[in-house]
Amino acid sequence: MAQDETGRELGRHERYRGDYPIVVEGLTNAFGEQVVHQDLDLKVKRGEILGVVGGSGTGKSVLMRSIIGLQRPTEGDIHVFGRSVIDSDPEEDIGIRNRWGVLFQGGALFSTLTVGENVEVPLKQFYPDIEPDLRHEIARYKVVLSGLPEEAVNKYPSELSGGMKKRAGLARALALDPELLFLDEPTAGLDPIGAAAFDNLTRELKETLGLTVFLITHDLDTLHEICDRVAVLADKQVIAVDTVPNLMELDHPWIQDYFNGPRGRAALTAQALDELRRHMDEPVAAHAVKALDKANSKKDKA
Amino acid sequence: MGGLAEFELVEGDDGKTVLTLSGPYLVSSVGAIDQDLRALEGPIERIDLSDVSEIDTVGAWLACSISSQHDAEITGASDRAKRLLGALEGISSDEEISAPRAPFWERVPEAMGDKVFGARRGVYGVVGFLGALLLSMGSLIRHPKRFRWLALVRQLELVGVSALPIIGLMSFLIGVVIAQQGAVQLAQFGAETLTVNLVGRITLRELGVLMTAIMVAGRSGSAFAAQIGTMRLTEEVDAMQTIGISPMEALVVPRIMAAVLMMPLLGFYAAGVAIVGGAFVGQFMLGIPFWTFLSRIQDVVPLHDLWVGLVKAPVFGLIVALAGCYHGMQVKGNSEEVGRRTTMAVVTGIFAVIVIDAFFAVFFTEVGWG
Repeated sequence: MAQDETGRELGRHERYRGDYPIVVEGLTNAFGEQVVHQDLDLKVKRGEILGVVGGSGTGKSVLMRSIIGLQRPTEGDIHVFGRSVIDSDPEEDIGIRNRWGVLFQGGALFSTLTVGENVEVPLKQFYPDIEPDLRHEIARYKVVLSGLPEEAVNKYPSELSGGMKKRAGLARALALDPELLFLDEPTAGLDPIGAAAFDNLTRELKETLGLTVFLITHDLDTLHEICDRVAVLADKQVIAVDTVPNLMELDHPWIQDYFNGPRGRAALTAQALDELRRHMDEPVAAHAVKALDKANSKKDKA
Repeated sequence: MGGLAEFELVEGDDGKTVLTLSGPYLVSSVGAIDQDLRALEGPIERIDLSDVSEIDTVGAWLACSISSQHDAEITGASDRAKRLLGALEGISSDEEISAPRAPFWERVPEAMGDKVFGARRGVYGVVGFLGALLLSMGSLIRHPKRFRWLALVRQLELVGVSALPIIGLMSFLIGVVIAQQGAVQLAQFGAETLTVNLVGRITLRELGVLMTAIMVAGRSGSAFAAQIGTMRLTEEVDAMQTIGISPMEALVVPRIMAAVLMMPLLGFYAAGVAIVGGAFVGQFMLGIPFWTFLSRIQDVVPLHDLWVGLVKAPVFGLIVALAGCYHGMQVKGNSEEVGRRTTMAVVTGIFAVIVIDAFFAVFFTEVGWG
């Protein structure tokens, strides 16, 4: 069984109480000649939403795959819930695997099963002693909890839209009530409304279920809106982990381009306007917001 | 800490029946007690969660459903439990998990009807495909510059040259088996020498081409379907069309031409290797010298047997390649479809080849090439 920092055993029916559910140390990943990660360190705090950003090809997905044990790193150590992912033998892995949920980019739903049956798969795999009745109920409420309509439960993945597939994938990722949730570009390919709704859902679920979320994204709005901290991948390493405002102070060219580029600024203004709207309902304030909106659109045109 | 989920029915201070839950109420622990909890006889007026050490949505769901079953209020919930209960409140759904399934007596006729209409659509589809193929052949003849020589050469290599080893081995063994088994039977009439006739005529007329067609269907027909099908899934075919390249000209014509051109060569090669296989048996089992066996072939096999084989071969090649390309172009939807269409390409290809072969057999006998 895994141990937390105090060296205490983590019981089967106990939640992880350590500070850092994910600890990556000295991770090196190389494919032949091509080195993706070199001596990379990262710690994820319990209960936070950690955004992971980086240009294309900086190995965000490889990092996630390494942490969840799909990609054996060339060197380095990865501890999840205080236990090494790399050294643990597959039999033992079950202690970690039923404590995390993974949402892959395309949803990765099993296409021959309905959404409800997809959610049931991990339940059947890990807890065969749960009676079918309860398992069906769990599948149903997880589907609803993920923001899908009830009827979606007996639909096949091919009958769902892209956004619904993501939600169905999320429902499956949440099937075991994980403590750790991995999201790989959850808002990619969604329309802005769907993306904002998904962001809200992620934040709500994190708060209600007490999740720790490892979130790979390109979506600046997501970063501003819901991420507690953001890890920036560049030069084969995590060059900074901090809140967005603090990151914007940093003097790294890529970070500056990323957060202070036109899109970065737009996301920031949007967030500021949201904030204003939230706090002020008075007509005067509304007027100010309108004026700001106009000024902003003029600036964009210019 | 740790331990198991437990429950107890007690009389509360206020005289109410209280269900106290204790221990961890998690997805990992409730499986053992869920049935017992639900079977509890009422009335339960209060559910006390204050001894619950850990709770997740599954535990909260269980508490929720017990509470609504007995109309009991929930007390002593921790902050976390309250949040979870709040999130689950109002969710009730009795949708079936599995997809709705029609009863047996509806499904069988429906499947049969689907097959019938599917067959009709299939015929339309094949005829349409053949028409499109002829049209693009015609336009290629008018604009020979558009013809893709490189693609053709590549396909000729894939369909023909790289199939030589496997077809050679297969034909050699078939020749051996025919000669050996034939000799055993013919020996009963004392006619072992007729083994030469048997091997020569059957391989040149029928088996050489037929077995080659089956092998090409398995090797190349399936590859055509899978390649074109995958290209359809990844929208490569659509991309071609928008650029102005006709997928028919770029993908289908070279493949079909390669199969049509290569089949006679492969069929002849297969027949030749099979005869060599027969000659080996003659040498080692029947006492007919190797070279004698080969020179006897010239005497006992009429020339029209060779023509029969060579006439059939391109037709078989056309059928096999047509089946592969047609099913490849029909792929839409998901990756499962690629597998299904590939199977269909091979099955329909081989089936059609055997049916046509039967017609050919009757036809050639009627015209006096028996």
